[in-house]
Amino acid sequence: MKTAIEIDIQTEGEMPREHYLNVKTGVKAWLLTMDHKRIGILYLWTILVFFLIASVAAAMMRIELLTPQGDFVTNETYNKLFTIHGVLMVWFFLIPSIPTVLGNFAIPMMIGARDVAFPKLNLLSWYIFVAGGALTLWAIIHGGVDTGWTFYTPYSTTYANSHVITMAAGVFVAGFSSIITGMNFMATIHKMRAAGLTWFRLPLFIWSMYATSVILVLATPVLAITLAVMCVERIWGVGIFDPKLGGDPILFQHMFWFYSHPAVYIMILPGMGVVSELITCFSRKQIFGYGFVAAASMAIAVLGFLVWGHHMFVSSQSVYAGMVFSILSFLVAIPSAIKVFNWTATLHKGSIHFATPMLYALGFIGLFTIGGMTGLFLATLAVDVHVHDSYFVIAHFHYIMVGGMVMAFMGGLHYWWPKITGRLYPEMAGKLAALTTFLGFNLTFFPQFILGYLGMPRRYHAYPPEFQMFNVLSTAGASILGIGYLLPLIYFLWSLKFGRVAGPNPWRATGLEWQTPSPPPKHNFEDKTPIVTEKPYSYSAKEDADLNLASI
Amino acid sequence: MDQFRLFPPEASTSAQQIDWIYFALVALTVLICVIVFVPIIFFSIKYRRGSKADRSNPRVESVFIESGWTIVPLLIFIGLFSWGAVVYFHVENPPRDALQVQVIGKQWMWRLQHAEGKQEINELHVPVDRPVELTMTSQDVIHSFFVPAFRLHQDVVPGKYTHEWFRATRPGEYHIFCSQYCGTQHSAMIGRVVVMEPLDYERWLNTGRPMESIALAGERLFRERGCSGCHSVNSKFHAPLLEGTWGKPVPLESGEMVTVDERYVRDSILLPGKEISKGYQNIMPSFAGTLSEEEIMQLIAYIKSIGNQTSPSESAPNASR
Repeated sequence: MKTAIEIDIQTEGEMPREHYLNVKTGVKAWLLTMDHKRIGILYLWTILVFFLIASVAAAMMRIELLTPQGDFVTNETYNKLFTIHGVLMVWFFLIPSIPTVLGNFAIPMMIGARDVAFPKLNLLSWYIFVAGGALTLWAIIHGGVDTGWTFYTPYSTTYANSHVITMAAGVFVAGFSSIITGMNFMATIHKMRAAGLTWFRLPLFIWSMYATSVILVLATPVLAITLAVMCVERIWGVGIFDPKLGGDPILFQHMFWFYSHPAVYIMILPGMGVVSELITCFSRKQIFGYGFVAAASMAIAVLGFLVWGHHMFVSSQSVYAGMVFSILSFLVAIPSAIKVFNWTATLHKGSIHFATPMLYALGFIGLFTIGGMTGLFLATLAVDVHVHDSYFVIAHFHYIMVGGMVMAFMGGLHYWWPKITGRLYPEMAGKLAALTTFLGFNLTFFPQFILGYLGMPRRYHAYPPEFQMFNVLSTAGASILGIGYLLPLIYFLWSLKFGRVAGPNPWRATGLEWQTPSPPPKHNFEDKTPIVTEKPYSYSAKEDADLNLASI
Repeated sequence: MDQFRLFPPEASTSAQQIDWIYFALVALTVLICVIVFVPIIFFSIKYRRGSKADRSNPRVESVFIESGWTIVPLLIFIGLFSWGAVVYFHVENPPRDALQVQVIGKQWMWRLQHAEGKQEINELHVPVDRPVELTMTSQDVIHSFFVPAFRLHQDVVPGKYTHEWFRATRPGEYHIFCSQYCGTQHSAMIGRVVVMEPLDYERWLNTGRPMESIALAGERLFRERGCSGCHSVNSKFHAPLLEGTWGKPVPLESGEMVTVDERYVRDSILLPGKEISKGYQNIMPSFAGTLSEEEIMQLIAYIKSIGNQTSPSESAPNASR
């Protein structure tokens, strides 16, 4: 069986080469590093911890939902489980995932820079993130929080008997890490590009990370304000949201979703950027409609700020406000659709390699398409009236966030793994994991669309027996999905020692990050930073095909 | 049998309207999936690495194609938006002749009262083929009154009134769920709607002890709590008269105009100093904490019931315009 990786593997030579991983070792060297590549790896380990905790919470919820009665955990525990799952997955896994791991690692190299614009701030952002995570974990260990990740008032401010303040403080603190990272990326992309790397020669991953950074910087402060104000009401009883104190609970929802809807795009735009890199590389073709794909990222970033009210169609918001938010929500779907069509068109006349990253990218397109289309159901006012706060919504956003973002993250991690570690992961195991994840994901979440339309509300610890069959399917799917995530964990660790040596460019990709050895030297490029003279993705499918035919 | 259902029962007039949009969206989703997935699979096979397919002159841009797949979805989206908005407007605006039911959500139960006075807990009995309007509020946190079989869903918010309405089309029993997370026993805040034939409903309404209608209870409260001491023609205090004011605009001291509705009456009882009628002093005490949500609703129902009477104030001196 031929794989995509039988190409120019360069042996390392006799002398061990100095690179960013072996230049200085020891715990202290890592904790004080200002190398963007090492900081990316610090983030990778950190978010892995949060991902595992949040996954355990999800697994316990799925076990509870096997039977209609609430018999595995108590309702109080169940409510804390979905809060842990939501808070950790959203703020401590999904939002940082691609930006802080793959973005930190790859952006400077992709634009031909020696590091990010502010290396010290970059390290600071990791420490802030860890501090926020520590506060959140403290709240979880000391009894947890039962508000749900949305912290809706007045429940969170007046009625919840749990560590709401600490949990909110954790999210508040971690938000500053987002802001610093976003600012750092914007400065880096503006000021540190290699000679000749004009805006329209940038890889699309850079465009999408730029769009993401804009949202991170503009939206995250609103979350900080919202959570701070919530704590002010909870601690000092200042009436802002609780009507008993003269406040308005709907105001909280406006403020919360003004951040949290753009946050959805913080979670999906980086994934779209990764997929653009993967599709071009593994179909050996320039992307179809480069300008449209880049502009679509910026359009999503802007329009994403104007649709928050679609979370509130049945919240007692005015009917007319609902109509405005509905049409705007349809509009924001258009740039996403443009991207999907352009990726599909890119495959035309390509020379398609089904390496693991490509499987994840194709999986992403499939799941993101379904996730996006079901988003239209929710943007349609009358249909949202029925499926609002039901499992339909749960299924929809998991298709976007897990089917979309996590698939893209896994695809990107496989793609850049040889660059990060200098080693290749085992290709067959990678393909198996990609397929397992895809199948497990669909079995977990597709039944939830049906459950939602049947009327099963979200955040239910027990449910009427007629919903059981689809819940059993969903739990079965979740166990397959779990295997799909455990496999890469095992073979990635295995590859660190036993993986084949990758060489500088195992995928024959065109990005600047592939023009330096793997793992890269401390300052990314050995002597001089590269000079760029052409558009990105100068692949030729015809050459690739001729090469393959000649080799047969 | 129940286990193999893909759709909840369609038991209200709006259920059918909403399901039609849903089916259209499902069809569109299938269509888009075909449009995207078939080429992906086809290209994946035809242009797989090592195949002998023709790869000369690949296209990498086309403004024509890009415009096509921008404009066509845009037109479809505008159509879907409009359809959804029209039905939404319909389901959000109750007809005038609807039967009135008041709903109060609290952790973790529903208390309901029919206009005729009959009270229920976690159950709602309604006649088939009659519009029923629910006026809802919460005593504590946000809840949401969700009846999947009616495709009926509206948050129940403390401090304000929200409305929803339905016309049931099929006798039977249907789930009520609270769908907005409201605390520990959220998933136990459930109940059922019982849709009955009109005669059965009349019989049900008239069983049990004799009832006082909500408006009559409000009138009684209006006297007992001393409201009538000021808000009457013979009062020695200068307070606005409430007959004939419901639904009409009144001028405020601030110079603004406000319509007398549930919100205004509720706020005037709980926060009397907030919006003072023009020509009056802020002398009314707040009733916050002394009236229950039910009692406030009863007072509102009473003021609404005298909304069609001519105001005796028209002949009185110092009347507000």
